[in-house]
Amino acid sequence: MALGGGAMIGVAAAAMLLLAGRITGISGIFAGLLRPRRTEAGWQAAFVAGLVGGGLLLARTRPEWFRFEIDRSVGAIAAAGLLVGFGTRLGNGCTSGHGVCGMSRLSGRSIVATMTFMAAGAIAVLAVDRVFGGAL
Amino acid sequence: MRLNTLAFVSGLFFSVGLGVSGMTQPARIVGFLDFFGRWDPTLAFVMGGALAVMIAANRLLGRLGRPIYGSAFPLPPPTRIDARLVAGAAIFGIGWGLGGLCPGPAIASLGAATLPSIVFVAAMAVGMVIHNAVFLPRLPARDAIAETATADR
Repeated sequence: MALGGGAMIGVAAAAMLLLAGRITGISGIFAGLLRPRRTEAGWQAAFVAGLVGGGLLLARTRPEWFRFEIDRSVGAIAAAGLLVGFGTRLGNGCTSGHGVCGMSRLSGRSIVATMTFMAAGAIAVLAVDRVFGGAL
Repeated sequence: MRLNTLAFVSGLFFSVGLGVSGMTQPARIVGFLDFFGRWDPTLAFVMGGALAVMIAANRLLGRLGRPIYGSAFPLPPPTRIDARLVAGAAIFGIGWGLGGLCPGPAIASLGAATLPSIVFVAAMAVGMVIHNAVFLPRLPARDAIAETATADR
C-alpha cells in the first residue's frame, strides 16, 4: 500500500513536471494562493481543489484513513499548523517539494532539508512521548 | 487538456496516493518518526515509491524540449545551503511531529472535513502569512516574481 500510494504520488508529480514544467511542492502551491501570481494561481487553485476532491472521494469509502488518532488538543494542532506553515516557507519546501521533487533531482539543499525535518520530527515525537506522556 | 485540468487531475491522483499510502493518518506519521520507540518504517516506502517514479521522470526530462503546458522546464536547483533552509526545515519538522500532518495530507484531509484538518490548514495559512510579513519585501504580489524564480526543490 505504501509503495503503491507513493508511486501514485510520483506519477502525479511526474505529470506536472513533464507536461507542465511545474514542481509539485504542496506548501509552495498552497502558499501561491496566498500571494497569487497571474500565470500560476489558476493551476495552483486547480491542484488544491484536486487534493481536497480526492480526500472527499476517499472519505466516503475509507473514513478510517482520515481519523485523527493521536492525543492532541485543538491548541496543539493549531500550533503544529503554524509551525508547518512558517517553517515550510522559511525552508522553501515540505515533504513533497524537498522530499520527493528536490531529492529526485539530487538537490543538495533538498537532501539537507529532508534529513533536517525528519530529525526534527523525530525529536518532537520523542519529546511529546517522554516529556508529555504522549499527549499534548 | 489544459494546464488547469492537468493540475486538477494530478491533485486528485496525488491525494488518493496520500490516502492509500497512509500519509493522511497522523498516528502512522508519528509511528514513522518514532525512531527511539516503536518505530514503524513502512512510510519510508511512500517516499521510495514516489522517488523511483520521479527519478525516472527527471532522466526523461533531458530528452524533451519544452513542456506542453509550460514555457520551460525548471532551472537546476540553487546550491546554497544556509541557515534559513535548515531553520525552516527544522521548524517544519517539529510541527510535523507535533501534529502528524504535512501540507499535502492536511489539505487532502479537508475533503473529510474533520476538525483537526480544518484547524491545521487554517493555522498553516496563518503561519505562511506571518512568514511573508516578516521575510518578504512588501511588494505588490505581481512584482514578486523574482523571489519565486530563486525557489528551489
